Formats: sequence, C-alpha cells, structure tokens
Amino acid sequence: MGIFNFFSKDKKEKLDKGLEKTKENVFGKISRAVAGKSTIDELALDDIEEALITSDIGVETTLKIIGKLEERVAKEKYINTAELNDFLKAEISLLLNGGYDEIPKVDGPYVIMVVGVNGVGKTTTIGKLAHQFKQQGKKVVLGAADTFRAAAVDQLVIWADRVGVEIVKQDMGSDPASVCFDTLQSAKASGADVVIIDTAGRLHNNVNLMRELGKIRNVMAKVIPEAPHDVMLVLDASTGQNAIEQAKQFTAATEVSSITLTKLDGTAKGGVVIGISDQFQIPVRYIGVGEGVEDLQVFNKNEFVDSLFN
Amino acid sequence: MFENLSEKLDKAFKILKGHGSISEINVAQTMKQIRKALLAADVDFKTAKSFTSRVQEKAMGEKVLTAIDPGQLLTKIMKDELANLMGSEQSAISLDGSPTVILIAGLQGSGKTTFSGKLALSLKSKNNKRPLLVACDVYRPAAIDQIGVLAEQVGVDVYQDRENKNPVEIAQAAIKHAKTNGHNVVIIDTAGRLAVDEQMMKEIAAVKSAVNPNETLFVVDAMTGQDAVNTAKSFNERLNFDGVVLTKLDGDTRGGAALTIRSVVDKPIKFIGTSEKMDGLDVFHPERMASRILGMGDVISLVERAQQQFDEEESRRVQKKIAKNQFGFDDFLKQIQQVKKMGNMKDLVGMIPGMGKAMKGVDMDDDAFKGIEAIIHSMTKQERENPKLLNGSRKKRIASGSGTTVVEVNQLIKQFSQMGKMMKMMQGGGAKQMIQMMKGKGGTTGM
Repeated sequence: MGIFNFFSKDKKEKLDKGLEKTKENVFGKISRAVAGKSTIDELALDDIEEALITSDIGVETTLKIIGKLEERVAKEKYINTAELNDFLKAEISLLLNGGYDEIPKVDGPYVIMVVGVNGVGKTTTIGKLAHQFKQQGKKVVLGAADTFRAAAVDQLVIWADRVGVEIVKQDMGSDPASVCFDTLQSAKASGADVVIIDTAGRLHNNVNLMRELGKIRNVMAKVIPEAPHDVMLVLDASTGQNAIEQAKQFTAATEVSSITLTKLDGTAKGGVVIGISDQFQIPVRYIGVGEGVEDLQVFNKNEFVDSLFN
Repeated sequence: MFENLSEKLDKAFKILKGHGSISEINVAQTMKQIRKALLAADVDFKTAKSFTSRVQEKAMGEKVLTAIDPGQLLTKIMKDELANLMGSEQSAISLDGSPTVILIAGLQGSGKTTFSGKLALSLKSKNNKRPLLVACDVYRPAAIDQIGVLAEQVGVDVYQDRENKNPVEIAQAAIKHAKTNGHNVVIIDTAGRLAVDEQMMKEIAAVKSAVNPNETLFVVDAMTGQDAVNTAKSFNERLNFDGVVLTKLDGDTRGGAALTIRSVVDKPIKFIGTSEKMDGLDVFHPERMASRILGMGDVISLVERAQQQFDEEESRRVQKKIAKNQFGFDDFLKQIQQVKKMGNMKDLVGMIPGMGKAMKGVDMDDDAFKGIEAIIHSMTKQERENPKLLNGSRKKRIASGSGTTVVEVNQLIKQFSQMGKMMKMMQGGGAKQMIQMMKGKGGTTGM
C-alpha cells in the first residue's frame, strides 16, 4: 500500500479487520459457489446472488452485476474462480466513486456541513474529523447546530475539549441557522481553516426538517457565499436499502457532496454504499471503524474492493 | 411505514389479477416478484426465501387454482403467513417484580436512550408507575446528560453516578436507590455496543446477571439491513432478551427488520418508536402490520389513536353547540388542535386504506393548519363567536394581521360554513362521527 502512505500500518490492519467479516462472507461464499465447478451454473449464480444481497448490496445492483456475469459466461463459456474474483472486483470498482480530495484552498474557512438521519454517528464522526484536521495543522472550529437532541451540544463540547478545538454554541432549542451564522462569523474573524457544522439527526421523509437544512444553508451563504463547501452525508453501515432513500432525499434537500460510512467495525457489510455511489455519483470520503478518536479513515475505493476480495 | 413494500406487492399481484384463473407458472412468477420485494425491503435473505416457498406451497395446496378471485385468496394466504411470521399476537411487557427492572440493550445509535425516556413516560402516565431512569452508558460523551435531560422532560427521576465507570455497580446501586425511594420501575439505559465487541458484550451480560431484570429489551433501528439477523442473534445468545423494540418507524424504511427478527430469534416485537417526541411510542400489533404491508391500511390503529386523543367531554360540548347553531371559529380551532394531537398528518393519512399509495410523493405538512390558525387568531372574540360579523374591512384587517390574503380568509370562511352545514347534517357528531364512519367503512375495505 505504498501509494497510500498517509495510511499507517495499524490503520490498514484495522480496516482489514473491520472488513474481514465482509471478506469472509462475500469471498467465502463465492468461492464455495464455484469451487470444483468448471462453469457457473444456476446454483452457483444463486449463491453469488445470496452473497451479494446479504452484504446489503441490494437487489438492483446485484442483478446488474449478475447480469454482466451471465453475459460474460455466455460469451466465453468458461470462467474459473480466479477469473470470477477479478470480474466481480472489477465490476464493483466500476460502481464505486471513491477517492480523497485534499481540502481545496478557499478564501476564508472551508465549511463542512454534516447531515444524516438519527443515530448514524454524525457527532462522533465530527470529533474524529476535527482531530484529523488538527493533526494536519489546521485551525478547526466546530458549530453545535444540533440544538434539538437532548445533550447533543454537551456531547460535541466534550469532543471539542478532547481534541482541543474551538466550538461555537448556543442554548438548547435555539435556532440552528443562527448557531451556524455565529460559527461562520467567528471562524472568519479568527482566521480558521476548517469549520465543521453538526446538525440534528433528521429522518429524510420529514419535510419540515429537510427544509430547515435548506434554510441553514442559505444563512451560511450570507457569511461565506460558497459555504458550505462540502455537505457530508453520514450513513450507518448497518442500514439496509433505506440508505438509498436517505441519499436521495438528503441530496435533493442539500446537494450532498460526500459520504462517510460509519460503524464498519461491526458485522454490518456496508454494501449499500456501492449502489448509492453508483446511482448518485457521490464519492465516499471516510469510513468509521470504531469509537476512538483515531478511528476514522480515508475511504479508498481500491482498498475497499481489495479488502473485499483479496 | 410500509408504503414501498405494499407498492411492490401490488405490482406482484397485478400479474395475477390479469388472469382469470391461476396457474403454477404465474404463481411462480408472482412469488419471484414477492421475494424481490421482500429483499428490497431488507428482509433477511433466508427468511424471504422460506417465506415465499411457504406461501407458494399453501397457494398450490389450497384451492387457489380454482378460486373465483385467486389474487384475493393469495392475499389472504400472504397476510396470514406474514402475521404468522411476525408473531400472531401482541405481547406486553412484564411489570412483575418489586421494583420491576427493565434492561435496555442495543447497537450504537439504535435509539436506546430516547426509547428509555419514552418508556418511562408511558409507564408513568398509562400505568401509574414511578419509574427511575438509570444512566449506565459510561462511555459515550454526554450520554449521562442526555438521559438526565430526557428524565426532566418526562418528569421522572434519574440515577446518575458520574464518578463510577462500572455499569454493574451503577445498576446495582440504582436498584437499591429505587427501593429506598419508592420507585416501582427501574429502567436501565446501557451503552451502545457492537455484537462483535467481546468485552462490551461480556459487560452487558454481567449487568444482566447482576440485576436479574424482569424484562430485557433489545432496541433495533427499523432501517437495519441484512445485518439485523446477525446482531439480533448475537444479542439473543448473550442476553436471551425478552422482546424487541423497533425504532425510527416514522421514517420511510420498508421495515424488513420487523419481518425478520421475530422469525430469526423467536422473540416478540413489543414496542415501536414512531417519533422523536417523548410520546412517540406505540405497542406493536403484528396483525395490523401485516394488513398494512398488504395495503389495507391500519384503520384500527387510527381509530384507537383518535379515540384516545378525543376528549369525550369536549366533543359533547361541541355537539351541543352545533345542535344550537353556535359552532364558532374558536370551536373550529379546538377541533384542529385535536386533530393535530393525533399525530403526524402523514402518518394519519397513511393509515387510511388506499391513501398510502394515493398520497405517495405528496408533501404532507404538519404546518398544513398554520395558515388557518393564523387567520383565526387574528379575529376578535366577537368575530370568532359570530362569523356573520365578518365584513370586507374586517376581512382586510384579518388578512393583514395573519399575513394572508383576503382570498384566503374568504376561503376559510366558506369552508367553515360548509363544515357547519355538514356537521348539522350529521346531527352533531363532529370529527368523532366521521371516524366512526371510517371505522364502518374500514371493515369492508379489502385489496
């Protein structure tokens, strides 16, 4: 993994460990599906289908992949296990939009607004993200715009203390847009490099709360016209096909520009992100692999797929 | 809740509906569609497979092939099978023990703390209990504060020990505290944990064996995908929990987890969470949920909720007023507030048979009444009591006071007078009578 030298060795191990379940599952099952067979028969295709679907890759995406596999088998009449692995790997890679962009230089602070449904790990992700930016020598300001959930502000304050960054907050129940306004003004005045805004978890089918995000955006633009530069959607890896609907609705409301996939250290496979990335062309930027401050990793498409199939 | 799944099943059944009779081939085709719909709804792969083959078997065995309406018979088979899968009867929690000890467990972000608050409120207001909330999440930043805030919101006591980092000791001390302070229910909120985190799973098992709870509840996010099976299994192996709490069902998740979990761990779903508000907790009715999946709506739920919220006395008072032709804007405002109390408009509409589909994609605002309320609030007391007073200049004043237009004010007055006439026709039943009408109708509405 020489190309990814910002990836320390133990970080890589943690990713591998987190994804191990996925690896065992998809790869194990698929190997069994084709082991000792010279061609892919109906039964083997069924097993591949099962392997993909139980990883939350979803019916549509699974059928897409299997369709291509069938085409290939029909054309070449023969495919062995190794070829099958390469094939699946290549196909999944094609669907994923990954890659990490360094934060571009902007005039004033670079503003990241973090959104998502309840309980996906927005605040925890922000804590880890703030730590990463701070490690890179950047001046970070957090905005506690989740003024709704009980003790959400306290939670972010603890993270700010732990990581050693500034935080702008108001009382619980105050207007989140006003918190954002204050945060951006303060960040601008103090010459901060990065602003990360925490928003309240909201279900994507709640029209009013989704509208509120639009309002928050507009208010931010009053301080910094281009803000937010990045709208980061946080998805829980254990979420099933509903994540697609989440991506759709949040994108419609706030033009989501990146995804962070959390809780990949569990048994959840996070396969749904493949379909999402494909359908909405949104890059996956980070993955969460634990509750510690270091447990946020830059997502890399090739590594993700390699970890699935190597 | 299950709109998407219903929609897909509708499509599947259409394949059958086109045929006067049914053949093995189109049953198989339909089953394939149904299986796909179940998978897209996050039903576990194996559960979906066994479910469809069971339905197919029954369909072929019963007289589906010769039935006059094969689609309807198949619907019945599916519905029975679905209800079966989700557990055929509703099951309540045990309130034995002195105090009753309830242990809450689950993954991170599943909604344990919010549920704990809701449960405390429900036990307090519906069961007349004196619950004590216990903060046993010693890991997540501000988790102890969160449960403290919720306890205050719902008006119950909370046991917090910020110095102690040992959940077992905290839980034990809390029970002692409950006994000496007259609390008859202890709700222990624990940290979120992954099933693969050996140390954390050992910890929750230790808490359980130390406090010997009357009820251990596993809280799971309704949006969970295929992993629901693994997680539910692992937690069950460790804790042998008594019931499941399915949260965030106010989202548009297709809710496959509801179908899967009971069948996989053989434990009932005891509660569902339907809002972030503290009263957003409902008892799970498997039978109703099965109907809902099949697009029959949840009329019984709607009626019950309506009955719960409608103040009997208030409706009698309104009835009298209508009979005397004294129904004014203030009464109208009260009616609106009652309807709003019943819950989210979208939820309510979704419960009406056939409406789930019809309303798909339509934005139902909770604010739908805001304009009406603003207009009425801008009227004087006399105007509200006697709408006949409303002349041109008064209307103009009301429009500017409520930030609306005269046209909107006129519209409201027109609607109001129509409503008055209708109510008079119904001989004064108001919304309650309408609900009763719906109840009668609901009984005969099938697919």
